[in-house]
Amino acid sequence: MELALDVASWFCLTVGAALCVIGAIGTLRLPDLYTRTHAASITDTLGAGLVLLGCLLQAGTPLVAVKLVMIYAFMLYTGPAAGHALVKAAYARGVLAAGIPEEAQEGERPSESDLPEEP
Amino acid sequence: MSEVLGLWNYWVVIVLMMIGLYIMIARDSLVKKVMGLNIFQVSVIMFYVSMGKVRGGTAPILPEGGAEGVLFSNPLPHVLMLTAIVVGIATTALALALVVRIKEAYGTIEEDEIHALAGGDGMDGRSAVQGEAE
Amino acid sequence: MDFPVEVILFLFLLATALTVALLEDLFAAAMMTGIFSLLSACLFTLMDAVDVAFTEAAVGAGVSTVLFLSTLALTAQREKQHPFTWFPLLLVILTGACLVTGTLDMPHYGDPKAPIHVHVAPEYIAGAERDFGIPNIVTNVLASYRGYDTFGETVVIFTASVGVMLLLGHRRRRPGPAHRPTITPEGAARMRDFAIVRVVSMGVIPLIVLFGLYVQFHGDFGPGGGFQAGVIIGAAVILYGLIFGLSTLQRVVPSPLLETGIALGVLLYGGTGVASLLMGGHYLDYAVFDSDDPKHGRHLGILLVEGGVGIAVTCAMILIFYSFAGRALAREAFDEGGGGQ
Repeated sequence: MELALDVASWFCLTVGAALCVIGAIGTLRLPDLYTRTHAASITDTLGAGLVLLGCLLQAGTPLVAVKLVMIYAFMLYTGPAAGHALVKAAYARGVLAAGIPEEAQEGERPSESDLPEEP
Repeated sequence: MSEVLGLWNYWVVIVLMMIGLYIMIARDSLVKKVMGLNIFQVSVIMFYVSMGKVRGGTAPILPEGGAEGVLFSNPLPHVLMLTAIVVGIATTALALALVVRIKEAYGTIEEDEIHALAGGDGMDGRSAVQGEAE
Repeated sequence: MDFPVEVILFLFLLATALTVALLEDLFAAAMMTGIFSLLSACLFTLMDAVDVAFTEAAVGAGVSTVLFLSTLALTAQREKQHPFTWFPLLLVILTGACLVTGTLDMPHYGDPKAPIHVHVAPEYIAGAERDFGIPNIVTNVLASYRGYDTFGETVVIFTASVGVMLLLGHRRRRPGPAHRPTITPEGAARMRDFAIVRVVSMGVIPLIVLFGLYVQFHGDFGPGGGFQAGVIIGAAVILYGLIFGLSTLQRVVPSPLLETGIALGVLLYGGTGVASLLMGGHYLDYAVFDSDDPKHGRHLGILLVEGGVGIAVTCAMILIFYSFAGRALAREAFDEGGGGQ
């Protein structure tokens, strides 16, 4: 049982770390901001999630386990929202996507007037 | 060789400190200078905290079962640096506020341009400051 | 070299610092200083300084990045290019070399027999059990053994925030469209128009404030205390302001309240000391608060003092943010009114 737990947690830690590295490579190599945030989100959700799961399997006391679960819940809740805000702000400011001609991307940005009025 | 290698933490701190110092003296942008000051400050904090580390020690919080035979890292540098960080952000804010006012008075945050303004028709800049202060 | 993780993190830290030095885009450099702070917080944790790491993460990655960005919005986004000169580099290398020769006599990293560990620290560690019954030694030293220091630091924070208010004048706002919540120039997209961000932040901000209160009141038993709680709650309120706009935030937390709070925090700290004087002890000697059980009296004193620090730091952080953001709003309203600088 002990051995099985160890193997499982090592597996999770290794795969999680590998996913983090892949995400980092993607952030460096991909052509523009939008695809890069996509790569970075792998480290956020799956990479960190697997690392936390690996730690969870090694957690001695329930208190530590609960804390790890809460950390992951917090990351799942905030990470995508932060990525969404980043991309949307970049889009509104006119950061262009790679691979699409510049003219095709013009005139579709949400300008100040298109945004909803205050409630 | 191993006699000297144990000092690596000081060397890293010194390199960090020198990067901060370099930014402060070589760059003209005032905001960049404040960033250099920040790096300098973190390096000093790092210096103190790394001195407080004891090999095999643990965080200076007494465990529930009593502290018999537990080795703690030195809590004193932690206390001093904890307050230093918060004081540091307050003084950084003060520095940045000054930068904002300098920008409003002189129209630039580049040090050489400010010197040129203050040296040449310096009265112009100074009266702008006084006008702003009402 | 038996500390590989620390060495790797230190290398990251050096790379980040170099990037800050080389970048000409000040916006990117400000983000890098945030990363720099986060990395150093990781290092502090590895060096057992959990309380310091806490503070650095909240201050460096949260509050100071916001301050840098608001300053950039008010000044310039890029720095001017300058020809490279040798003099500063030589000076820095020379200074560094002098400092390195100075370290040759220093005790090694992690050496338990270093002078710093044999003198006062054992007394502090022993006193935690004997005098206080409070597990977090850092809290004991902060609020009691070195209470004078901490009082001085609190006063410095008070003074600095008063200075920022005087320089940037957060109250005197030029008349203009009051509901312009963005602090970014050129009217970029406003965060509160993003439904997802709004909903998520409404769920997260109360939790951050709750966590800040936990850090404040659990600081006797685990890592935490007034300084940490102050910056965490301050960061949460600043986040609210960034998303929902300064005017909304000022309706929730009006600036007179904060001005009172800052003074009240310092007063609570100093007043605790005066109270102990009046009850027959020394200044900031909390044992007199309970003549039957000095441990209980000290506990009460630390609670009061930490409370004062927490209130003062929270209010100072929010007020500093008000000053910067209010300046940006005033500038924008002024520009829109046809004034221009």
